[in-house]
Amino acid sequence: MSTFAFHELTVGYGDGAPVIAGLSLEIPDGAVVALLGANGAGKTTLLRAACGLVPARGGRVLLDGEDLSGLSTEDRVRRGLALVPEGRSVVAELTVEENLRLGALWRHRGPARTRAVEAAYELFEPLARRRGAAGHTLSGGERQMLALARALVADPTVLLLDEPSLGLAPLVVSQLLGVLRDTAERTGLTVLLAEQNVTGALSVADRGVVLSLGEAVADRPAASLAADPALRHAYLGF
Amino acid sequence: MDRFVFLLSTGLARGAVLALFALSLVIVWRAARVVNFAQAAMAVVAVYAAFALTAASGSYWLGLAGGLAIGALLGAAVERGLMRRLPHLTPLPGMIVAIGLVMVLQSGLAIAFGPEHRPMRPPFSERPFVIGGVPVLSPYELFVLVTAAAVMGALALLFTRTSLGLRLRAAAFAPETSRLLGVRVPRMVTLGWTLSVATAALAALLLVPTELGLNPHAADLLFVNAFAVAVVGGLDSPLGALAAGIGVGVLSGLVTGYVSASAAPLAVLALLMVVLLLRPGGLFAPKEARRA
Repeated sequence: MSTFAFHELTVGYGDGAPVIAGLSLEIPDGAVVALLGANGAGKTTLLRAACGLVPARGGRVLLDGEDLSGLSTEDRVRRGLALVPEGRSVVAELTVEENLRLGALWRHRGPARTRAVEAAYELFEPLARRRGAAGHTLSGGERQMLALARALVADPTVLLLDEPSLGLAPLVVSQLLGVLRDTAERTGLTVLLAEQNVTGALSVADRGVVLSLGEAVADRPAASLAADPALRHAYLGF
Repeated sequence: MDRFVFLLSTGLARGAVLALFALSLVIVWRAARVVNFAQAAMAVVAVYAAFALTAASGSYWLGLAGGLAIGALLGAAVERGLMRRLPHLTPLPGMIVAIGLVMVLQSGLAIAFGPEHRPMRPPFSERPFVIGGVPVLSPYELFVLVTAAAVMGALALLFTRTSLGLRLRAAAFAPETSRLLGVRVPRMVTLGWTLSVATAALAALLLVPTELGLNPHAADLLFVNAFAVAVVGGLDSPLGALAAGIGVGVLSGLVTGYVSASAAPLAVLALLMVVLLLRPGGLFAPKEARRA
């Protein structure tokens, strides 16, 4: 639905060397791109900078050609960007239902909001059984499902995911990635998926980008990346 | 027995005001993670505005409405103009600025209106109803109880049943996640301050007619007691503020009646100490979260 791009983006913390150094990357409309790299490669920083949670030192973040750089996080989200952050981003004090409604608030009104939340329950059946449960009583898998469902409920055009498989059982991971792939195919959602789980990520992605010390060192079709042992050894550590 | 009923019912009315003020501290704590030490001084500014409006128009109700509006505006102005500009890495700057604000506001009021006590007339009689020979609540105390209950009920509905309330709670618990879901968090913080100071102004407006009169320090003791109440209840818990407010009101009413008025603050402090020793998070502190 939307093209998402970084243009010469530079991001850093304090006075230190930049974590992302002049990165340019384009994710075409409807593509699913895996963002790979070891710890410290800059995956999380890149995604947080995309949403304006970390200020960029230079360069631009473009959504359908429009520069998002000057916008606040909430306004970027309202242009169609969504981030499922790393770890447990569920609001622990709110119930499953409230988390989902919160995700839908700015996008949908009235009955449409209820319909959107119901659609999320259909996508993630285990959540429907725990509607009234407080966020802090959910298991790790349920939390990650809720975080993904809550992002999708706002019908974003670009979805950024930060290590959705972190600390989850393989079965839950394949379920999550399955829903992600189906949703992307069905709605034409543009996806940037940061992962350490290379095999899992490349199984749903069209393309893989390998990030190392803030620079893109490889950008290739997923299949060719998965079949390149030299690259895996060099940058992904297996 | 007559005495007990009388003390209990007066204690309830005091407790309702305490609960309301404590609730205002809970609201601002949840919205901005600040204990607003200037809450009493800000509320008294609103009471002065109400006093002036009532004096000018002759209507208690116009004064009440105006006082609440001024309280709300003052809350928003202090957040936008002052608190927002502070570093938020530690709670200390907020506290220090709030204490400074107390001094500025109280001195300002004393310079403008003088330090004397100005009697404020309640809109209803303060003579207790007598039921079966036993004096119970006065009409004014009844008004205080009903108003406090209505406002607390309305706030509870706002926070738990409306989408604005959902946004307010989410912004308080998880600001970053809320922003990622399109919630305008800075606006929610301002709104939290607005609601909080208006609520505190209402508590002070209800209290002052039962005291000596209006002066710049009229709500100081209310703040001290309400702060103890909020901590006893658990600073994060509106329900805790309500329960502890009523409890402390009744306790200090009974101690005043059966022991002496000067023992009442000591009883409140003793209660605070016991609760902090047994449950440092307060009586209604949230349970521990699942981590696995």
